[in-house]
Amino acid sequence: MTPLVGYLLLSAMLFAIGLAGALTRRNAIIVLIGIELMLNAANLNFIAFWRFSEHPEALTGIMFVIFSIGVAAAEAAVGLALIIAIYRHYKTSNVDEMDSLKG
Amino acid sequence: MTIPFAIIAVLTIAAAVGAMMLRNLVHCSLALVVAFVGLAAAYLQLDAQFVGFAQVLVYVGAVAILIVFAVLLTRGGEAPEKSVFSSSWIWGTLVAAGVFGMLAWTINNSFASQREPAEKVEATVKQIGDALMTKFVLPLEVIGLLLTAALIGAVIIAMKEEKK
Repeated sequence: MTPLVGYLLLSAMLFAIGLAGALTRRNAIIVLIGIELMLNAANLNFIAFWRFSEHPEALTGIMFVIFSIGVAAAEAAVGLALIIAIYRHYKTSNVDEMDSLKG
Repeated sequence: MTIPFAIIAVLTIAAAVGAMMLRNLVHCSLALVVAFVGLAAAYLQLDAQFVGFAQVLVYVGAVAILIVFAVLLTRGGEAPEKSVFSSSWIWGTLVAAGVFGMLAWTINNSFASQREPAEKVEATVKQIGDALMTKFVLPLEVIGLLLTAALIGAVIIAMKEEKK
């Protein structure tokens, strides 16, 4: 079986890629995708630590990930609805062009 | 390190990089689907079958489709002629590289990474259902409420504004 380090490094790499995307891309949808990738990296950490824990029969890691997936689904729905509403208003989905505070 | 894990890791990271780097937004969302499937395979490697299938159902089935819809509704389907990266992209990349370096250094030096896996792990759907209905019943109700609120909120936010 792959040691815990392998999974933790994979998760750290995914987190860094998501962070880089969220910080550098101009399109709001890609920023949201980057945030989703970071959430998934955290989920992978939960599952890896659960598998390597002393009491995996308590199922805490699995439960945390199930609820985290539910929250992430809600977040994606509301985030994309916001992007669509902003696009209708400003006619752009680039975050660096949404620079006015007036409605 | 086993060969299946190496294949899954390379595939997932390549797809994630593609999702962040490609110019066309539709290609980005399709690369994201591959990354989600790779993560589901990693969950299966870790004996978490239910979470792996929930990942495929929720992320590949729902979130990725939602993202494709958003891309098409905001006319992001055609690749932009200007740069897709912001003007301060070099700082963002530096911050992300710094975060990865810090995390990797910490992981390599931590005593937790020397742990051995538990001998035999069983997380059947029956056990998960039992736990959801007994110990975790309050969080389950709360997440149901949250999903309902998010559903109504998303519809109201994205609804066409009435002309006054």
